Amino acid sequence: MSQFAFINSLNSAVKMDEPITRGPIPRYEKRKILESSNLNSSAALNSSKNKSFNSSISSKTPKKPLEHSTVRKTPSKTPKKSPGPTANATTPGKAKTPTGGDRFISNRSTIGFELAQYKMAQENVNANGPENLDADQKERHQIITENLTGRDLSGTRILEYQKKAPIPPEGYQNHLKVVYSQSKTPMSSKSANRYIPHAPERILDAPDIIDDYYLNLVDWSITNILAVALGNSVYLWNAETGSIDHLLELEGADYVCSVNWIQEGNYIAVGTSLGSVQLWDVPQTKRLRIMDGHSVRVSSLSWNSYILSSGSRSGQIIHHDVRQRDHLVATLLSHSHEVCGLKWSTDGRYLASGGNDNLLNIWSGIPGQATFQTTPIYALSSHQAAVKALAWCPWQPSLLASGGGTADRKIRFWNCNTGVCMSDIDTQSQVCSLVWVPAFKEIVSGHGFANNQLVIWKYPALTKVAELTGHTARVLHLALSPDGTTVLSAGADETLRMWRCFVSDRKKETQCKTIETSILRPHIR
Amino acid sequence: MAATIQKTTNAITLKGSVKLITEYLNFGIQNILYQRGVYPPETFRAEEHFGISILISTNPKIHDFLQKILGQMKEWLVKEQIQQLSLVITSISTKETLERWDFKIEYDTRNDGTDEVTGNKDIKIIQKEIRDVLRQICSTVSFLPLLDCPCSFDLHIYATPEAEIPDQWGERGPCFISNSEELQLKSFTTSIHRMNTIVSYKAD
Repeated sequence: MSQFAFINSLNSAVKMDEPITRGPIPRYEKRKILESSNLNSSAALNSSKNKSFNSSISSKTPKKPLEHSTVRKTPSKTPKKSPGPTANATTPGKAKTPTGGDRFISNRSTIGFELAQYKMAQENVNANGPENLDADQKERHQIITENLTGRDLSGTRILEYQKKAPIPPEGYQNHLKVVYSQSKTPMSSKSANRYIPHAPERILDAPDIIDDYYLNLVDWSITNILAVALGNSVYLWNAETGSIDHLLELEGADYVCSVNWIQEGNYIAVGTSLGSVQLWDVPQTKRLRIMDGHSVRVSSLSWNSYILSSGSRSGQIIHHDVRQRDHLVATLLSHSHEVCGLKWSTDGRYLASGGNDNLLNIWSGIPGQATFQTTPIYALSSHQAAVKALAWCPWQPSLLASGGGTADRKIRFWNCNTGVCMSDIDTQSQVCSLVWVPAFKEIVSGHGFANNQLVIWKYPALTKVAELTGHTARVLHLALSPDGTTVLSAGADETLRMWRCFVSDRKKETQCKTIETSILRPHIR
Repeated sequence: MAATIQKTTNAITLKGSVKLITEYLNFGIQNILYQRGVYPPETFRAEEHFGISILISTNPKIHDFLQKILGQMKEWLVKEQIQQLSLVITSISTKETLERWDFKIEYDTRNDGTDEVTGNKDIKIIQKEIRDVLRQICSTVSFLPLLDCPCSFDLHIYATPEAEIPDQWGERGPCFISNSEELQLKSFTTSIHRMNTIVSYKAD
C-alpha cells in the first residue's frame, strides 16, 4: 500500500501543474501524523528515534563522538540489514517507518523538502500567470513580429507625440509629377538632339504573315518597293504610290520562306518551303527561273551581284550563279541546323551565316563571286541561341552586328578582319532582326517578349536612343527604306509598321546616292 | 602639450554628438518633406547647413512639431533609451502607410555612468558624412514612387521600455507597408552614435 502512496505523491510532485493540494497526503506529512499518533504508544522509541536523527545529523562529520553511539538504541531495536555498526551510524535513515517494509527512507527534514515544494509550486503559478503562453507560442509570436518588423519588438515601445504636424493645405497636388516621366528605361542624353516620333507613321495589314522566327519574309528594294511574303503569296507594296501588286502565289501546301531583292532592285529571289528558289522579274511580273538544290525549305537568301546564296533548314548553304544554266556553283556544309540568317557584306568580301545551331560563321568571298572554301574563316560560338539577326555596317566594312534568340538576347558586334567580338549589348529580349541606319550611325533592333519593341541604339556608344513600342506580338523582320528615313517592322501581330525616325538635314546627301549600273542586266535574257 | 591640443581638437562630447544627430534628423526630415512633396514647395526656404543648401519649412507649426520631438529625443539619446526614429508618410484619405524612413540609432560608445563620454572623430569628417547622406536623400526622388495623393507625416520613436513617457506622448503600434521594398542609405557615425537611414516604400 505504502509504495503506491509514495508513487502517487511522486507523480503529483512531478506534474508541476499546480501546488500539491489534492490527492494522497505527501509521505512526509503522513509520517508526521503517524509519528504523533505513535507518540503515546512508543514514546521511548520515538525519543530514541529523535535522538538517532540528531546523532545522525552530527555524525555526518567524519569525527564521530563516541558517546552518541553508546547512547543510541535504535540499531539494536530494528533488524540489522547492514553488517557493521559504522554503517548504521553513517546511514541515519535505517530507522523504519512503522507501516513500511524494508526500504531505504531518506531523512526529509534535512533536505528542506517543504521549501522545495513551495518553490516549485510558486514557479508553476508564475508559468500560468498573465502571459499564459507556452514556449512554442512565445516563439511563434516572436517570429511573427520579427517577420513583420525586421526585428524583435518585445523590448521596444513605440511612442508618438500626440500633437500632430499640420496637414498640407487643401487642394495641394504633389509638384513632383513632372519629375516622373513615362519612359521605361533611361535614354541617352544625346537623344534629345532630334525628334523621334514614338508612334508609327503608317500601319499596314499583313494578314497570314507566318509567325516563324527562322524565316525572312520582308525586303525593301532600292527602287522603293517593299516585298512581303504572306502565307503562300508575295505582295509588292510600292512605297511611293502606295499601290499593292500581287506578285505570285504558290500552289498546294507550299509557302514562301524568304524573299530577297537583288541590289539593283529589279529582280527578286523567293525561297519556298519545298526547297526551290524562284527568280522573278518584277517590272514584267514574270518568273525567270526556278533553281533547285535544296531538299528542305529555303529560309534565307542573300545576293552578291549575280551570285545568290541560299540557306536551308538542313544547314546547307548553296551559291547559285543565276547567269549559268548549271546554276549550282558551290555548297557549304558547316551548319548542323537551319540557316536562318544569311548576309553578304556590302563590299562582297564576307558572307555571314547564322544558324539554329547557335553558330555564326564568317566566310570569305570575292566581290561578285562565290566562295569555294568549304570551311568558314571564323566559326563564332558566342551566341547562346539561334542567330537570325545579322547586319553588316554600311559605313564600316567588316563590322558585323548579330543578334541571338530568346536564350541569348544579346547583340554582338564583330570585327570580321580579326574575328573578335568588339562589344555586346544585353537587350533583355529576343533579338529578331537588326538594321543599320547610316544617316545617324545607329542600329535598330527588333525584339520579342516582353515589350515587342524596336530599339534604336547609337553606335559605337551603344546607348539606347529610343524605344518604339506598338506591336502586340514580336517584331519578326525589319527593313530600311532606300532613303534611310524609315524603318519598317513586320510583327507577328500581322501588321507592318513604318517608323519614320531618321529624317535629317542630311537627307539630300543620302538621296544623292547613285544607283550603280547592274552587272546582271546585260546577262539575263 | 601637442598631444593634448590634438586631443581637444578631435574630441567630440556626448552632448555634441547628440546635437549633431538631432541636427541631422531635423534637416533630413525637412529635406524628405520637401523632396517627397509632402508640403507645397513654396513653403520652404533654402538654408546652408553642413556645407550644402537644405530646404527648411517656413511653416511654424511644422517647426514647433519637430523641435518638440527632437528636444525630447535629446534627453532619450543621452540616456540611451532610443533605438529608432521613424518618419511615416501616410495617405490622408485612406490612412495607408505609403513610405517609411527609419533612422536607426546605435550606440558605438556606451555610457558607463560618467558624463565623460567622448569620441575621437574629426567633426569635419562627420559633417562630410552627414552631407553625403543628405545628398543621397535628395537623389532617392529618382526611384521612389510618386506620392500621388495628399499625404501627412508623423514621427514615431522606438524607445526602450525604461523610457518615461512625458506629457502629451502616447504609445502606438508599428506602421507597416504592404508589399514594400527597402533601401539602406549611407550610414554615418559620430563615434558615439551611429545612424543608419533606411527608406521603405511601396513596390508597385
